[in-house]
Amino acid sequence: MAASAAARTSIGLTLRFHRVIPDCSKCPLYRLKSCTSNRANPQRRSSFNSFRTMNRHLQTSKCNSNSEDPDDVVNVVFIDRSGKRIPVKGKTGDNVLFLAHKHGIELEGACEASLACSTCHVYVSAAHFDKLPEPEEREDDMLDMAPMLQENSRLACQIVLTPDLDGIELTLPKVTRNFYVDGHVPKPH
Amino acid sequence: MSCKLLLSAVGRRRLHKGFAVCGKAFLSSGSPKVCIVGSGPAGFYTAQHLLKAHQNVQVDVYERLPVPFGLVRFGVAPDHPEVKNVINTFTQTAKHPRCSFYGNVNVGEDVSVDELQEAYHAIVLSYGAEGNRSVGVPGEDLPGVYSAKDFVGWYNGLPSCQELRPDLSCETAVILGQGNVALDVARILLSPLDALKKTDITQPALEALAQSRVCRVLIVGRRGPMQVASTIKELREMVNLPGTRPEMVAADFDGLCHILSVCAPPDLPRPRKRLTELMLKTALEMPTEKEQERRKKASRIWGFRFFRSPVEILAEPGCNRVAGVRLAVNKLEGSGEKAQAVLTGEVEDVPCGLVISSIGYRSLPIDPTVPFDSRRAIVPNSMGRVHNAAGLYCSGWLKTGPTGVIATTMNSSFDTARSLLEDVESGKLDVSSAKPGSHMISSLLEKRGVKPVTFSDWEKIDDLETRRGEVSGKPREKILTVAAMLKVAQT
Repeated sequence: MAASAAARTSIGLTLRFHRVIPDCSKCPLYRLKSCTSNRANPQRRSSFNSFRTMNRHLQTSKCNSNSEDPDDVVNVVFIDRSGKRIPVKGKTGDNVLFLAHKHGIELEGACEASLACSTCHVYVSAAHFDKLPEPEEREDDMLDMAPMLQENSRLACQIVLTPDLDGIELTLPKVTRNFYVDGHVPKPH
Repeated sequence: MSCKLLLSAVGRRRLHKGFAVCGKAFLSSGSPKVCIVGSGPAGFYTAQHLLKAHQNVQVDVYERLPVPFGLVRFGVAPDHPEVKNVINTFTQTAKHPRCSFYGNVNVGEDVSVDELQEAYHAIVLSYGAEGNRSVGVPGEDLPGVYSAKDFVGWYNGLPSCQELRPDLSCETAVILGQGNVALDVARILLSPLDALKKTDITQPALEALAQSRVCRVLIVGRRGPMQVASTIKELREMVNLPGTRPEMVAADFDGLCHILSVCAPPDLPRPRKRLTELMLKTALEMPTEKEQERRKKASRIWGFRFFRSPVEILAEPGCNRVAGVRLAVNKLEGSGEKAQAVLTGEVEDVPCGLVISSIGYRSLPIDPTVPFDSRRAIVPNSMGRVHNAAGLYCSGWLKTGPTGVIATTMNSSFDTARSLLEDVESGKLDVSSAKPGSHMISSLLEKRGVKPVTFSDWEKIDDLETRRGEVSGKPREKILTVAAMLKVAQT
């Protein structure tokens, strides 16, 4: 769709300033003590000033090692809302939501990876779904709020790349045009 | 490129000729000017999508209050700070070079929609739902009865709700409605003060809650456990709320275990299944020893009451204050989301000193020229295009009705933006002739003595609130009146 093509070519200008600042305490990498980022100290949410000074450089280097080791590479395919396949190369340890942002994929992360929204909802390819660790209860609770929930739904902010996820395909739900006539989805507020 | 030189050399009067010389390519990209009314999630997500998808669109966001962000600031509960992270996304949008924020401008009073249509190629109405649904029973106006919208506005610092001063001196509160707003209210009423002290709840609300004697909250709904509108995250928060214990009526859950485990309809959606399972567990299961101990020590009580509709709010004779609610007993006809509550003829009276009606927000019409469906309380539209009103669009609760979380509103707003962009592409929305945009509106406002608050003005307010909050370990100490906000913003 013209809109997404425009979005991707205009990365430098527009919304790919979009920052997703991680709340490290909720990131699975931090919980598993596998985060290689220098920013692995717990964030004090009360200080909003630290959020305002974030910049793109910080965004693209968080939660991923900068080594060029090809063994680290995990191939990911994002399938955007128009069905277009966008292959990207991630690395072991990458958080999939931040990877999506790095590549201009139209995946929102309203709550910035704190398990307080469902805007990063994706469908995971069947071959890889079972390789992911079980979602924690809080992720399941937030998934329950996502429109067009499926068996293979996960929140992208909770997916951390490992070598056995190579080839994973993440599809963005087509949540527009039809979602509000989907009678099944409760609309809480 | 030579077109641009021609335009700047010759000046605005020859603008049209300059366009004609350049030909169609330049014409169809145009410089659309879009005005968005309302700066909550709907407004900002629509703006975000427009800016991303069109290289030349200019988006101006108008907001009645001096401060942006709508329900993210005034609706999301103080103890849900992560939900408010979306403000960072909206801030980026507001600071986009092709986006401008104009706070303190009341569309419908300071400037009309007609005038906006003169100034802009398209208007997106996203001003949400500031009214509430009335329960429609006698006694609704008694002191001690509040709408959840006003109660939430009160503890969240909405200037128009600061005079509410709810009376929290009674023991029992009844909340009518079983959605997430009802659970938010229950949770704020029963939360330990320590939990609230570090949030952005207003200081006056914190002080009132410190003096509160409310220790029992009943959350009443017309239908049954399988029809509650709230979601599992909020229910879990109640179940786990320190210092409280649940008090349910076991009979309300008759037959549900069977429905869930034995003959669960194959299309019972997962969210409903998990939610009902948690309710059943809370209401019926024998708690662990540890949980029993915890419940024994709990001094505050909360519970759902099902199959009850309010028919009257009662006062003590001779005393002009709420003293109880008369509830009609219902039975359910049908099942699932479409089940209907039917009166049985029985009634019961529940003594209480506080009634909060949480049965839904409601949009209001702001300008007579904008079509409004007063039955559904929305602006009639298809895919965000307002019916019978060229150049008018809507997004958010004004478009789909007052339900939905941020994710829902986000999708709805992207939809509206897409409709608008399609119309630009197809020519249905004519953006070929230049429009004056904010220049025209700014001079109108100046003539009328209205001084808009810019985004950097808001940042002064934001900064002061944050610094004041630091003193007491809160994310911010909100400024509570429009006058005070304007003073900070504009001096």
